[in-house]
Amino acid sequence: MSAIYILIAAGLAIAGGFLFVFLWAVRSGQFDDDITPSIRILFDDEEPADTPKNNSG
Amino acid sequence: MEKADLYTHTSENLVEETCYHCGLPCDNTAIRYDSKSFCCNGCRAVYSILKEKDLCAYYKLPDAKGNSPDRSYYKGKYQYLDLPEIRQKVVSFSENGVTQVNWYIPSMHCSSCIWLLENLHKLHDGVTAALVDFPEKTVRISIRDEAIKLSGLAGLMSSVGYEPYISLNDLEGKKTSRFDRKRIYKIGIAGFAFGNIMFMGLSDYFTIIGSTGLGSETEAVFGALSILLSLPVFFYCSSDFFVSAWKAIKNRQLNIDAPIALAILVTFVRSLFEIASQTGSGYLDSMTGIVFFMLIGRYFQDKSYSLISFDRDYKSFFPVAVSVIKNGVDSQKQISEIEPGDRLRIRSNEMIPCDGRLISETAAIDYSFVSGESAPVIKTMNEQVYAGGKISGASIELEATKKVAQSYLTGLWNNDVFTQDRDEEESRLTSFINRYFTIAVFLAGSVSWICWAWAGDFKRGFDAMTTVWIIACPCALLLSDTFTNGNLLAIFRRNGLYLKNAHILEKLSGIKKVVFDKTGTLTLPDAAEVRFKGIPLTPAEKGMIAEVSKQSVHPLSRLIREFLERQAGETGVFSVSGLKQYKEQAGGGLEAVCGGVTVRLGSGRWVGETGAGEEETRTSRVYVAFAGMVRGFFEVESKYRDGLKETVRSLERDGIEACMLSGDRPTDMAFLSEVFGGEEKLSFSRTPQDKLDFVRQLQGSRKEAVMMLGDGLNDAGALMQSDVGVAVSDNINNFTPASDAILEGSRLKDIGAFVRLAVAGRRIVTGSFGISVIYNIVGLYFAVQGELEPVVAAILMPASSVSIILFTTLTSRLKARQLMKAKNL
Repeated sequence: MSAIYILIAAGLAIAGGFLFVFLWAVRSGQFDDDITPSIRILFDDEEPADTPKNNSG
Repeated sequence: MEKADLYTHTSENLVEETCYHCGLPCDNTAIRYDSKSFCCNGCRAVYSILKEKDLCAYYKLPDAKGNSPDRSYYKGKYQYLDLPEIRQKVVSFSENGVTQVNWYIPSMHCSSCIWLLENLHKLHDGVTAALVDFPEKTVRISIRDEAIKLSGLAGLMSSVGYEPYISLNDLEGKKTSRFDRKRIYKIGIAGFAFGNIMFMGLSDYFTIIGSTGLGSETEAVFGALSILLSLPVFFYCSSDFFVSAWKAIKNRQLNIDAPIALAILVTFVRSLFEIASQTGSGYLDSMTGIVFFMLIGRYFQDKSYSLISFDRDYKSFFPVAVSVIKNGVDSQKQISEIEPGDRLRIRSNEMIPCDGRLISETAAIDYSFVSGESAPVIKTMNEQVYAGGKISGASIELEATKKVAQSYLTGLWNNDVFTQDRDEEESRLTSFINRYFTIAVFLAGSVSWICWAWAGDFKRGFDAMTTVWIIACPCALLLSDTFTNGNLLAIFRRNGLYLKNAHILEKLSGIKKVVFDKTGTLTLPDAAEVRFKGIPLTPAEKGMIAEVSKQSVHPLSRLIREFLERQAGETGVFSVSGLKQYKEQAGGGLEAVCGGVTVRLGSGRWVGETGAGEEETRTSRVYVAFAGMVRGFFEVESKYRDGLKETVRSLERDGIEACMLSGDRPTDMAFLSEVFGGEEKLSFSRTPQDKLDFVRQLQGSRKEAVMMLGDGLNDAGALMQSDVGVAVSDNINNFTPASDAILEGSRLKDIGAFVRLAVAGRRIVTGSFGISVIYNIVGLYFAVQGELEPVVAAILMPASSVSIILFTTLTSRLKARQLMKAKNL
């Protein structure tokens, strides 16, 4: 039965990892505005865009 | 020739021509510039700015539809931003010569707006970065202080059509953030716990089918892990429900969160008890699932609320600062600091912030926003002027006699209706549930306990009672409410009706009477029909009249000029020159010598027309006289929106009474009484207070639900007093009075369909209530016996939630398609 403990531990660790990444993403502001970036990505940049990528704030 | 082409009003092939900048039709007055057509000089100016800075890629974006810059802009409009005490309030931070602002840009509307705003640094060196938040319609801009001032930045943005909106409310720090990250954290954590607890419960679910052969040791480990995972859900994710339930109980009330909180608490405690005593595996999976689904439902509902601000008071309409003249020098002063005795300079299109005494000789003041009266009022020196009027024409000076907060207009906001908190009201359906459902659940649980105790089985009685409380959790009902409302709000928004929140939906479904304002609501704000009656005019005479009326800023002159230019578009170009001795008599009309002939435009008395009984005319008339000979008059008639009659009929078919309430003098009686079915439905010359009282009287002792549709500050009291106050606006970015909903003017005709859809929405909620009752009965059947297998709970709970979400989504979409498509032309 020890196999099931290892699997459970691994499963929880992976799921927990995803939870952590999700919380981090929310915290960094990636979910604050879910429309503008989707539009911005379609703009052709004739020259390297120098708008800051910093979203936190 | 080339140069002359620039501003000539050309007349060929203009029918389909659209403005290169804003994409609107150019009417007949296209301006040619750089071999492109523009509808106005504003659009042309923006184009030349963009071209100069090599930003013409803007026009290649797929949905580029530029904004024409604000016509009321003038140099120095934003000077107040440089006042230290105001500056400090509008900047997010300012350090080491770098300042960041986060400004609200109401005119932002498409992807090319994002592109242009984020390329602001190319328009001015002082801008280092700009980042748009499209859903919030804000842009965060960093500037270098030594290169550009805040006033300069605001001016720069105005010059390309993106005027920032800076209001007193912002300055007072009343900022509301739509977005709550905590709610998303909670959903994430609850989802994580739900999935993993279910995963560990899987073995348990199959025990009814066949033994899993898990040892008790494994079961204990799984139980412990489940408890561990459910702790954050119980203590963190569901805290909103507990807080809200506790608040209600403290006020000796019950709300929908009370039975939910009870269910969560009982499930958690009982699961702990079962797992600890090894008598069962608990219902932690169901508990975390309930919390997860309900949090999603609430998130969905909140997300579908519009981002428009509904709670505006007079402060949102007033300028932040005005020019005060002291010792002959203009300086800016915040309007809250205006003292009686200050000399103010109010420019064209600016609003008078406080009551005062006119110092300039004359002033044309447009009070349409306050009184609904469309014609401007002419005031002469030393007359009292009231706050809320907009200056049309030349700038004026006045002496303040009252502070802003004590002025006549702002006094309306001291009425009780503005201080009542309307958001706390609960919907009738939910309050029904709160009153009876919670008590019924409590009784059902207790009765089953008593029955088992009677039979001598206390343990089973306890099980039965707790299971009843768990299974009867009205989460499915809450979900049906939140999802139906969320769906309907989104459908309404797509169709041009923006509701403040879901409670308004329910109120909308119970509407019995509808009151329409006239000016700006039934009429189109910027359009009027102009007809000439009298001896026909020659093109040369038309040109003279156009030239004379061009000198005046009176709205009627503007309408006449536009009318003549439209006519001229078909026949030729005016070529009039040599206008002399122009003069304007307030309350009378215009006079000028044009080509050796004296031209007079204005009232009957002004031109010497004696036969006109001006009291009786239901339209505005402007008489024309050449060399003292009256030639006839222009009849200016306000233009009504299309389909008004059908709108009123469709409301009446649904048993809803419609009437009209106007602050204007009686006009267009014949037309309006045909629309509303009788003159007794029309009321004219009502003050803002009258309007409020009228609505209160309609509501009567029976508290019948009244909907008020209006557009101006003069309707603000009535909008607040009514059950559903709808502000009608032709540009939802414009600022409308405080209301429960904002309706796009072009969709006014669909108001009947909106009400019907709201009624359908109520039915859908009731229907899904039925579904959830069926689930509850099935659950209760097991529960009262005290034998609810975790697997049954684990199947029932998500099944009921998912089926209710599907049911409400599908039915509300279907209903919306039926009702709105028929109207959607």
